[in-house]
Amino acid sequence: MIEIKKLNKSYRIGQNSLHVLKGIDLKINEGELVAIMGSSGSGKSTLLNIIGMLDNYDSGLYSLDNFPIKDLDETKAAKYRNQFLGFVFQSFNLINYKTALENIALPLYYQGVSRKERQGIALEYLDKVGLADWAEHLPSELSGGQKQRIAIARALASQPKVLLADEPTGALDSTTSEEVMSLIKKINKEGKTILVVTHEHDIANMCNRIVTLKDGVIMTDVKIK
Amino acid sequence: MNTIFDRDTWQEIFGSIGQNKMRTIITIIGVLWGILLYIVLSGAAKGVDNGFEKQFERISSNMLFIWAQSTSIPYAGFKTDRGIRLKLSDVKTLKNNIPEIQYIAPRIQKGNFGSSGANAKNGKRSGTFNIYGDYPVLTIVTQKDIYDGGRFINELDIKEERKVCVIGERTQKELFKDDVNPIGKYININSIYFRIIGIHKYVDEGGGSFNDDGDIHVPFSTFKRIYNTGDVVGFLLIAGFDDVNILEVEEKVRAQLKEIHKIHPDDKQAIGGFNLGALFTRIKNFAKGISFISLIIGIATILAGVIGIGNILLISVKERTKEIGIRRAIGASPNHIRRQIILESVFLTIIAGVIGIILGAFILYIINISTQNLEDMPFTNPTVPINFILGALLLMVGLGTLIGFIPAEKAISIKPIEALKDE
Repeated sequence: MIEIKKLNKSYRIGQNSLHVLKGIDLKINEGELVAIMGSSGSGKSTLLNIIGMLDNYDSGLYSLDNFPIKDLDETKAAKYRNQFLGFVFQSFNLINYKTALENIALPLYYQGVSRKERQGIALEYLDKVGLADWAEHLPSELSGGQKQRIAIARALASQPKVLLADEPTGALDSTTSEEVMSLIKKINKEGKTILVVTHEHDIANMCNRIVTLKDGVIMTDVKIK
Repeated sequence: MNTIFDRDTWQEIFGSIGQNKMRTIITIIGVLWGILLYIVLSGAAKGVDNGFEKQFERISSNMLFIWAQSTSIPYAGFKTDRGIRLKLSDVKTLKNNIPEIQYIAPRIQKGNFGSSGANAKNGKRSGTFNIYGDYPVLTIVTQKDIYDGGRFINELDIKEERKVCVIGERTQKELFKDDVNPIGKYININSIYFRIIGIHKYVDEGGGSFNDDGDIHVPFSTFKRIYNTGDVVGFLLIAGFDDVNILEVEEKVRAQLKEIHKIHPDDKQAIGGFNLGALFTRIKNFAKGISFISLIIGIATILAGVIGIGNILLISVKERTKEIGIRRAIGASPNHIRRQIILESVFLTIIAGVIGIILGAFILYIINISTQNLEDMPFTNPTVPINFILGALLLMVGLGTLIGFIPAEKAISIKPIEALKDE
């Protein structure tokens, strides 16, 4: 599903160039649940941003579902993000003046899905994350775990090929973290390819593969079970 | 175009501008104030224009008065201080030589300009009144309202030198009891009996016409006979065609009269005149000037308001950096974002514009009602032409779009990766 070869990325900071990703090779198959670990500065977030088409890379190769991703302009990137990817963030990133249902329906709005259809799909995913009763609530009326479940539903609503989760449990307590992770696992079992960036070992251990980054290179790549 | 009629587009717009209602309202007031000012000012300017128009509607708007005085420069063997008198023959010469003239109404009068008026008697009642020798053409140059059952002097009266007269309202009051209809009755003017053929209403024509309500009009020929004035004319009312420059006509008339009466061309005193048309034009131009100024003020204020909207949207884009980043991450293209911000700008501008127009119309309505009964105030029917309003709206949509581009470009320059960084 995801194929990355000799991926390099540097950031220019004033006069200096910071080499963040130093030749990453990574292949993720359809249906995998992969944890990307590493301390801060290891390059894990940069890797996720590149996979998420939020950032460009300097050299190497990245293809998503055999579709080469390189030098996209903003309009194309937006389109591919919308079609191929679903994002889940640490801080949920729900739009605070929209209800849970509207938040979930938003990616579909940008796809040009009709209003009625959108509502139906959004309700379906709301039900899937177990929050059907909370459709008309604003994010401010929801708990952290509920917010993250809404965010997951939103990420799934556009039926992406890959779900990218950046520290999805970073802002949650351990009980809620487990709830969210079991939801992610459940979605994975239904066949969705999922990447989880985390620095928590117990979260990583709930995945079926752990890729550890250090200083811009992959240190270990372990399958669990 | 579809997006404009899409319910979702509007929901997005309401969602984002509804986030900070107070700020949105204050922003709207900026533009609203501009259009309100524009509507009220240009409506008021139109009202003033209409008001003057109404005050002058009874007079040919391209009119001048000409009379003769005495010379101030010796010329052609004549001494200075020679009294000049206009003649009936001058009327024909002027009319023949100056094609811009539409009508000339010669008048002769007693009772003003230092002469004594006519003593009129009806039984025991009597009074002294201004008396005019007139031609029928007078009613074309300046409107005369004759009460029912009466008429003004006609050609036959002139031809037969009839002893008939038209009297003013005050003349009637002083010479007749209230319940007597004077039409057909006779009054004694300087021992000659005149039959009354009409009573004219007193109308203030403004701008120095020589009407009053205590006067008597008789046929010019009759006047000339009873006062033995020969062909002498007191003054001329000259009306130019609507499209001629009355100031030029005045120059031509003066030059012609100086030639006829052997007056030095530079003599400023010998021929007196009052150019009502020029005064009228000045007043019209004044009204035009007011509406031009109101246009400038209106546009400038609208512009300031629209810039305010741009400014607020810029702040709002800054505040919504994260939200825009989220939208971008979940699939909003730069065009989506740009369109939304511009539509927000245009929407705010139009809302402000429409409310401003409605409020402005309401204020004009109030002004109109409260000035309706003020006869002396030249203010009638303040309106703003519909194409001015449409033009203003169009201008606002244009400006709203243009100004919307600034925050919109700012918004799409936000990289989702930057926006989503957790602080």
